[in-house]
Amino acid sequence: MKKLLMATAALAIGATSAFAETKIGMITTLSGGGAGLGIDVRDGFMLAIGQSGRDDIEVVIEDDQQKPDIAVQLADKMVQSERVDILTGIIWSNLAMAVIPSVTAQGKFYLSPNAGPSALAGQGCHPNYFNVAWQNDNLHEAAGAYATSAGYSNTFILAPNYPAGQDALTGFKRMFKGELAGEVYTQLGQTDYAAEIAQIRASGADSVFFFLPGGMGISFLKQYADSGVDLPVVGPAFSFDQGILQAVGDAALGVVNTSQWNKDIDNPTNAAFVESFQTEYGRLPSLYASQGFDTANLILSALEKAEVSDADAFREALRAADFDSTRGEFKFGPNHHPIQTIYAREVIKEGDVFTNKIIGVALENHGDVYAADCKM
Amino acid sequence: MSTLLIIEQVLNGLQFGVMLFLMAAGLTLIFGVMGLINLAHGSLYMIGAFAAAAVAGATGSFVLALGAALAVAAIAGALIEMTVIRRLYGKAHLDQVLATFALILIFSEGTRWLFGSFPLFLDIPDYLSGPVTLPGAIQYPLYRLTLIAVGLLVGLGLWALIERTRIGIQIRAGENDREMIAALGVDIRLLYTLVFAIGAALAGLAGALVGAIQSVQVGMGEPVLILAFVVIVIGGIGSIKGAFIGALLVGLTDTLGGIFLPELFKLFMEPGAATQTGSALASMAIYILMSLVLIWRPTGLFGARA
Repeated sequence: MKKLLMATAALAIGATSAFAETKIGMITTLSGGGAGLGIDVRDGFMLAIGQSGRDDIEVVIEDDQQKPDIAVQLADKMVQSERVDILTGIIWSNLAMAVIPSVTAQGKFYLSPNAGPSALAGQGCHPNYFNVAWQNDNLHEAAGAYATSAGYSNTFILAPNYPAGQDALTGFKRMFKGELAGEVYTQLGQTDYAAEIAQIRASGADSVFFFLPGGMGISFLKQYADSGVDLPVVGPAFSFDQGILQAVGDAALGVVNTSQWNKDIDNPTNAAFVESFQTEYGRLPSLYASQGFDTANLILSALEKAEVSDADAFREALRAADFDSTRGEFKFGPNHHPIQTIYAREVIKEGDVFTNKIIGVALENHGDVYAADCKM
Repeated sequence: MSTLLIIEQVLNGLQFGVMLFLMAAGLTLIFGVMGLINLAHGSLYMIGAFAAAAVAGATGSFVLALGAALAVAAIAGALIEMTVIRRLYGKAHLDQVLATFALILIFSEGTRWLFGSFPLFLDIPDYLSGPVTLPGAIQYPLYRLTLIAVGLLVGLGLWALIERTRIGIQIRAGENDREMIAALGVDIRLLYTLVFAIGAALAGLAGALVGAIQSVQVGMGEPVLILAFVVIVIGGIGSIKGAFIGALLVGLTDTLGGIFLPELFKLFMEPGAATQTGSALASMAIYILMSLVLIWRPTGLFGARA
């Protein structure tokens, strides 16, 4: 019996090394209200892996159900029993905070395709942690810069009360030069915004900035459009991505939002990405899909240069960011977070489909303020 | 903090309360009559919203969509009562919780399989959209006023059904002593299916009405379900009147707490910290309310059984 077990174990080890030399663990949200984001990241990521034609990469995908405890369990399982080399996939900052510090401390690489909490960009930065999307503050800083340049002087701001929500309002305030007519933290997952809209109406603001990702943004925009409050709205791309615009409908038309990516950024990588994503999945990609795609391509570019087992060489290869990004130019700052251009986009209707169009640059070659606190 | 703002917030609280009542009424009926904890009640809410979004997308009519929501949720309710729930009446509450929790997962993944992971579009019809001006120059969305009216009408209808009709007498009798009314020749199985279908239809109606101003997505029912449980615990399990009062209390506490607590803290804290502390405390407000009610009346406001 013992012999048989050992033989099986030996076979299993043999099988893994023969077929998959690199094992990537993806923990992302594939069920529940936030599933659209995780599915886009996964589809973008797998599209790039598929296009690379490499069959020595194995991707293990698990659903965290948007729950920190489940994400932690999955990460433990991936590190200890699946023995993955690289982890990626987490969408939400509260889950990222629960998982990333522990997996990087165990010597694994983590590449974030979405969440970029400030705590991991400053003092909590780690040589094995790379963020391929943005530091959480970035798009909000861009929204603040845009609001200033659009001449708004008295803005009402709101976001959910969780790490990314706090980063959002901090980011907006950093770049916004006007006054605040009000500042409100809503509950995470809140679906009714009547109370907040009444406050906006009473505040005498000249514009509104909000960060409410996923279903929260749909609810807010529909209720806002119906309330008769007619102030201009500015926000980060998260409430205006391709997946949810169709559910918001006319209520979103004309809203200016900030993003590091859009489907009309003019470079060959992006054009090919948008086209192949549409062919493969039958829908337009969102910014989340572009982030998943870029994350996979970054890993692929580093694997060309070094083995994951040679951690120092692999880290250097990642840091070089020598890949064609859908965003055009892409490079990492000293804390392994992107330095990139962030655009202002406007929601338009193309035929029957609601989508975004770039109307200008909000911030050029923008890094983040936490980089100065990062010692590594 | 003007009077207008306070009145508007009270209306918001009322509107939230009556929608919670639609959910809680079914939950409390089912618990009161059959002694069953139905965690899948939130799924029926979601089914109502998805049915409404699908029919509104196909026909463009909001009234048809509401009809579809009622019908589909009632049918789904009757079906799960006949296939699954019926086997659980004699069982322990833990078995009921496990089985109905499984139903949540089945309905969520089934809905995802049918409609995909992205939220659906369901909008307010043109004739109900936009704000109206109330006396005192308060601008308030017409749709939300309609929701308050619909909720109150349904509450009235439910009261008439329970207090004034033969079925109502049977339901009340079933709450008191199910063996006895079975012995009197009432078809208890049919009665249970009917009560379950009524509860499901109310949840479906709430889902469709609220879906028009929120996002119609998988998992939308569970947050409401938790609040509905808080409502029936406050109101007293099994009592429709309790569910109504409890729903309004929770609606008003949640809405007004979210507004006034941060303002209160601003009197003695700096604004940023006040907003955060106030919001954190506001999200606890309804649970604090629940514990206060339970200390005062351990069976809830109108609860008969312990």
